[in-house]
Amino acid sequence: MPSGAVASQPSVTETGKVSRASKDVLIKIKNITKYYDDALAVDDVSLDIFRGEIFALLGASGSGKSTLLRMLAGFERPTSGHIFLRDQDITQMAPNQRPFNMMFQSYALFPHMSVEKNIAFGLQQQTPKLSKPAIADRVSEMLKLVHMEKYARRKPSQLSGGQRQRVALARSLARHPQLLLLDEPMGALDKKLRTEMQLEVVDIIERVGVTCVMVTHDQEEAMTMADRIAIMDEGYIQQIGSPVDVYETPRNRKVAEFIGSVNIFETEIKIDEEDRVILTCGDVCSDIYVGRGVTTSIDENKMLFALRPEKTFISKDKPLQTHNWTEGRVADIAYLGGHSVYYVKLKSGKQIQCFWANTERRAERPTWEDKVYVYWTEDAGMVMHL
Amino acid sequence: MKGLTARLKEKLPKGKHSIISLPYVWLLVFFVLPFIFVAKISFSEADLAIPPYMPMFEWSDNLLNIKINLGNYLWLAEDPLYWEAYANSIKMAFWSTLLCLLIGYPMAYAIAKAPKEKQAVWLLLVLLPSWTSFLIRVYAWMGLLKDSGLINGALMGIGIIDEPIQMINTNFAVYIGVVYSYLPFMVLPLYANLVKHDNSLLEAASDLGAIKAVSFFRITLPLSFNGIVAGSMLVFIPVVGEYVIPELLGGSDTIMIGKILWQEFFNNRDWPVASALAVIMIMILIIPISLFHHFQHKESR
Amino acid sequence: MQGQKFSFANLMFWVGIAFLYLPMLVLIVYSFNESKMVTVWAGFSAKWYGELFHDAQLMSAVGRSLEVAFYSATSAVVLAIFASVVMVRIKQFKTRTLFTSSITAPLVMPDVIIGLSMLLLFVALQQAIGWPEHRGLMTVWIAHTTFCMAYSTVVISSRLVEMDRSIEEAALDLGASQIKAFVQITLPVISPAIISAWLLSFTLSLDDVVIASFVTGPGATTLPIEVFSSVRLGVTPKINALATLIIGVVSLVAFVSWYVSKRMNDKLKATAA
Repeated sequence: MPSGAVASQPSVTETGKVSRASKDVLIKIKNITKYYDDALAVDDVSLDIFRGEIFALLGASGSGKSTLLRMLAGFERPTSGHIFLRDQDITQMAPNQRPFNMMFQSYALFPHMSVEKNIAFGLQQQTPKLSKPAIADRVSEMLKLVHMEKYARRKPSQLSGGQRQRVALARSLARHPQLLLLDEPMGALDKKLRTEMQLEVVDIIERVGVTCVMVTHDQEEAMTMADRIAIMDEGYIQQIGSPVDVYETPRNRKVAEFIGSVNIFETEIKIDEEDRVILTCGDVCSDIYVGRGVTTSIDENKMLFALRPEKTFISKDKPLQTHNWTEGRVADIAYLGGHSVYYVKLKSGKQIQCFWANTERRAERPTWEDKVYVYWTEDAGMVMHL
Repeated sequence: MKGLTARLKEKLPKGKHSIISLPYVWLLVFFVLPFIFVAKISFSEADLAIPPYMPMFEWSDNLLNIKINLGNYLWLAEDPLYWEAYANSIKMAFWSTLLCLLIGYPMAYAIAKAPKEKQAVWLLLVLLPSWTSFLIRVYAWMGLLKDSGLINGALMGIGIIDEPIQMINTNFAVYIGVVYSYLPFMVLPLYANLVKHDNSLLEAASDLGAIKAVSFFRITLPLSFNGIVAGSMLVFIPVVGEYVIPELLGGSDTIMIGKILWQEFFNNRDWPVASALAVIMIMILIIPISLFHHFQHKESR
Repeated sequence: MQGQKFSFANLMFWVGIAFLYLPMLVLIVYSFNESKMVTVWAGFSAKWYGELFHDAQLMSAVGRSLEVAFYSATSAVVLAIFASVVMVRIKQFKTRTLFTSSITAPLVMPDVIIGLSMLLLFVALQQAIGWPEHRGLMTVWIAHTTFCMAYSTVVISSRLVEMDRSIEEAALDLGASQIKAFVQITLPVISPAIISAWLLSFTLSLDDVVIASFVTGPGATTLPIEVFSSVRLGVTPKINALATLIIGVVSLVAFVSWYVSKRMNDKLKATAA
């Protein structure tokens, strides 16, 4: 599906979530394509960034997300297409002319300069020249913002990973950028520190009120930090939406599989009405009943039915409902603490995942080789085009 | 004023060409161009003039006369002395390279396997002598190897020998001098290669049941191939053209091409023959030099 | 780590070190020998040092050599910084192979060939355009710059390859111009490599006898040429004294730079903990 069609209607997918973002378009990316020699890195991407939002580009490595970020920063020039800052075409503008600042994955702190000199560097480049006291004021303001006042005279090599990140953030915010770019902001941190810093970085960004585009391969990070997420794959944007949108209403199989785990069934439409759809599937014992209409065209008969593992129930007894259930055997169990993942092998041989919430310490649970029933409610699944 | 600096600022960052051109022009004029002159003069005739060769191009009666003299090459081909000199230089360079490799490899290996904090000091120990004068290090061996030198003196003092062994002015002395001077050039690239090896490869090999010798010959040695080539070329190529060591430590029977070239140039003042000698030397060395260049780039990638 | 464990490699290392250092040790010891004879120890004396310093010819050669080495090292490093940027950063241009080959070739090219070719160039240039008017320190400087540039480029470019490119990009991102980013950020970051390239070039220039012999002219005899001509005649304690001084200076510089970098490292570790 061409990403252009997706990007032109961001408001459609944006449901529910209260965002601090306005509807005021700050950055307009129009039909950006980038080739490296013959390799296509970014394929006709168009999207709008609203003033005040945190926007995440989420994708695996090689999906083109970093290239897109680097084109925003000005380090790469698109092969074709345009980038607008409000009404100004900045496609060919050099990075040092753009009112954007970037926090690099490696933080890229200048190793021979102290923390305060690092933060002052960008301020010293401004024209008209800032006075020395003005720079000093801004530096101490930034140090205070990231709680690094005590470390002003340290060299980057004398800081811990989290402290380096704060300095990098302060440095990129010092010039009042109109757009803040974050390249894998938590990439260099270990897992525990990551969760802590995610919230802190969002807090700082919100206090400053800067618009932010971040790149990440970590879906948890994107969902924690961003107001809107664009899922990128092979240079395309597959879907743009709030975290809830992309998780609960994935547009296609790729998005559904990229974010979280999902069971996908190939189904045929049996009944297609305005407020309900009934599907049949060779893997599932009963009919699949979906309690809402699905836009289909007449010649489309085959659809995909996607079911998240946490929206299923397992029981040893046959459920009462006549549809939305199937039976199988427990092939494997992964105990993860908060919940367990049951791998249930259906009669057809297809294996599906179901979560079991471990709400009781020593509850009676199905075990290996048990015959179990898996069932779900009528609004648990998603119907997608092939 | 401001217009000028602004224009400069605009121009310079794009100046990919200006960055290239400064070192490039220097190299073209002072490294590449000279070889063209060497080639040219190797085809001219010697003359008792300043400079001591005849011009190749001459204008007379609106005619451009080009004189190409193949005599120098014929001269070289006819005299077995030159053949012998080339063969001997290659032979001596080959054996000294092998000696350097046999001594240098274990040394580089020892440094690379030493604890991290010691590596720098050990490497410094190996490199330090090469930062002092090359000439002086060759000279040091003159004092040791002389008939009345320290080694002969000591041996006679103990009573092992009655009269001094002839060591200086022999090929033996040249080998010692070459290995002594060029050993650091072998150790450095080998160390640089060996230190990059992932130790877990050896652990994996021993985990799979290989004894140390097997791991060394099947893992370490093949992986250090680039370093071996780089180090060997760094020794072999300059030694083929070495002049100072055979001059100071070698005897009259140590015929090496660098020495012959020097004599043709400075003693016989026969610049064309010296140039022809250089041209042939370059042609012999072009294969090892391109090998070196190839592996140098492979290694830096 | 079991670094002290006995192994063949470790044994060879120390044998090699002994091989490298013993001759120099002997040289140093005999520079303090009263007698002119190398085999005979006739008592401690510093008289050869006195003679050395009174040798006006040798001393002026020292001055000349230091001067040439200083200028050669400086110009070689400047050219090498440009050349390294080309090698590392500019991956595509016509005749790049010619460029990289002529950067690495001087590393291995025998001195006699470089010397001869340089001389022939200078002679031809003088005939064609009248420059250089005569051969001397200027021509030695050009020749030394050329081959020191090759060594310096290897040292500097290997550091430049390792450098995290995003540091420079960060400077651009923060509004610095390309030149400013390079001068204020890249150069300081690679400065250790620049310093060692300079020192290496300095010693290489100070050490060269063959190339200088070809390209120098009357009245511009450098120290190695002077030493070489006296060494050809045989061993003299005066040269031993000179050698001792050179070894002493080099060891001192090496030790100081090692110590300073070690201290800086230790300090960094201590504060980072």
